[in-house]
Amino acid sequence: MSEFLPISIYLVMSLLLSLILIGLPFLLSSNSSTYPEKLSAYECGFDPSGDARSRFDIRFYLVSILFIISDLEVTFCFPWAVPLNRIDLFGFWSMMAFFLILTIGFIYEWKRGASDWE
Amino acid sequence: MIIATTEIQAINSFSRSESLSLKEVYGLIWLLVPILTLILVIIIGVLVIVWLEREISAGIQQRIGPEYAGPLGILQALADGTKLLFKEDLLPSRGDISLFSLGPSIAVISTLLSYLVIPFGYHLVLADLSIGIFLWIAISSIAPIGLLMSGYGSNNKYSFSGGLRAAAQSISYEIPLTLCVLSISLLSNSSSTVDIVEAQSKYGFWGWNLWRQPIGFLVFLVSSLAECERLPFDLPEAEEELVAGYQTEYSGIKFGLFYVASYLNLLVSSLFVTVLYLGGWNLSIPYIFIPELFRKNKTGGIFGMTIGILITLAKAYLFLFISIATRWTLPRLRIDQLLNLGWKFLLPISLGNLLLTTSSQLVSL
Repeated sequence: MSEFLPISIYLVMSLLLSLILIGLPFLLSSNSSTYPEKLSAYECGFDPSGDARSRFDIRFYLVSILFIISDLEVTFCFPWAVPLNRIDLFGFWSMMAFFLILTIGFIYEWKRGASDWE
Repeated sequence: MIIATTEIQAINSFSRSESLSLKEVYGLIWLLVPILTLILVIIIGVLVIVWLEREISAGIQQRIGPEYAGPLGILQALADGTKLLFKEDLLPSRGDISLFSLGPSIAVISTLLSYLVIPFGYHLVLADLSIGIFLWIAISSIAPIGLLMSGYGSNNKYSFSGGLRAAAQSISYEIPLTLCVLSISLLSNSSSTVDIVEAQSKYGFWGWNLWRQPIGFLVFLVSSLAECERLPFDLPEAEEELVAGYQTEYSGIKFGLFYVASYLNLLVSSLFVTVLYLGGWNLSIPYIFIPELFRKNKTGGIFGMTIGILITLAKAYLFLFISIATRWTLPRLRIDQLLNLGWKFLLPISLGNLLLTTSSQLVSL
């Protein structure tokens, strides 16, 4: 566990660093008068029309679903890749079976057009 | 770092015998020294990159570039940062203030944490974890959350699209990147960064992973450019269509934090290219082993350490130069081209590369 001590200290330090940077303008920054137009959302000079958080493209959602699946699969590969020379052929072929299923899923997803952007 | 590891052992042995002693306090202070040094070096590194970027861009476009602040304009980045500190901190009236303020700091913290596992020399690493490279992959996936938060919290259409694009882009290129890293840890039989560099230390530069993994190297380079949101992949902040993407509503130091985060990300990517593919701190000339030459006495050891740091930084800055030159060479991709490149080209290629690596490892068993 000893190697995680510097990690936690480093985490605290980087938190402090970004908090200090965010906090400094409270002391230093200039404060001119504020009027509603200054704080409204930037839309090329016009008054902002409606809320920005309405609907968004479903394909962003699709990309994130594909990512979750593939990232999990890749994460599963790490415990297999490091001790490969100790788990011989059985480990190799069981992972190949896993990759085969993965590839079938990937081809299916490709043919269904999940990764298309048109 | 070497001080850190010995001091941790000292702390552990002391915590068994006594509850709290003076030496423990000293141990904690000694633990802070390498961390503070690393943070200082990182900040100076970012300032140097900003200056380099401006100078190289100016050189490519036949301009003069920064020249007034300090010799050769080297203090320009510092001057810009100080100016941003004094700027008014605007908060959008209809936005979510907490998300808006947390976004940039999450982006910076997650990128800063990646420096934990980078070895600058033999045992000159803050945390020599057995899962080092995996920690980097895990932590670097937090940054898109910060960008998404700031895009959503701004309540601006440009920011929202920029945040969505940033998240989609970095998660799409995460997978080819991870697959390349996976092939490297397969080759080295370890996912510790120190072990990966050690595995490349024989035979000089012929032992580099670059020669054993040429496809993986190219895929890693392209994906890390996309992860850093550099041109030709700077869609999230494409000026011509999205004003400034997720940064549109930001002013003052929060805007500066996004810049710091992107340059930190660029530096960490080039350092990881160095560690994974270019033999890290090794001098990489066959038959000359710098660390062995200087390991005889203490001053020699410090000299060898310095040379290791310099070699690592030199290799990393070579890649920084390449990515800065790429910025002025290639035009920006469209979003569909970007996702097609990620999902339909880089992902199959890196998977094939992984299978090739596995088979070659199996043959050599």
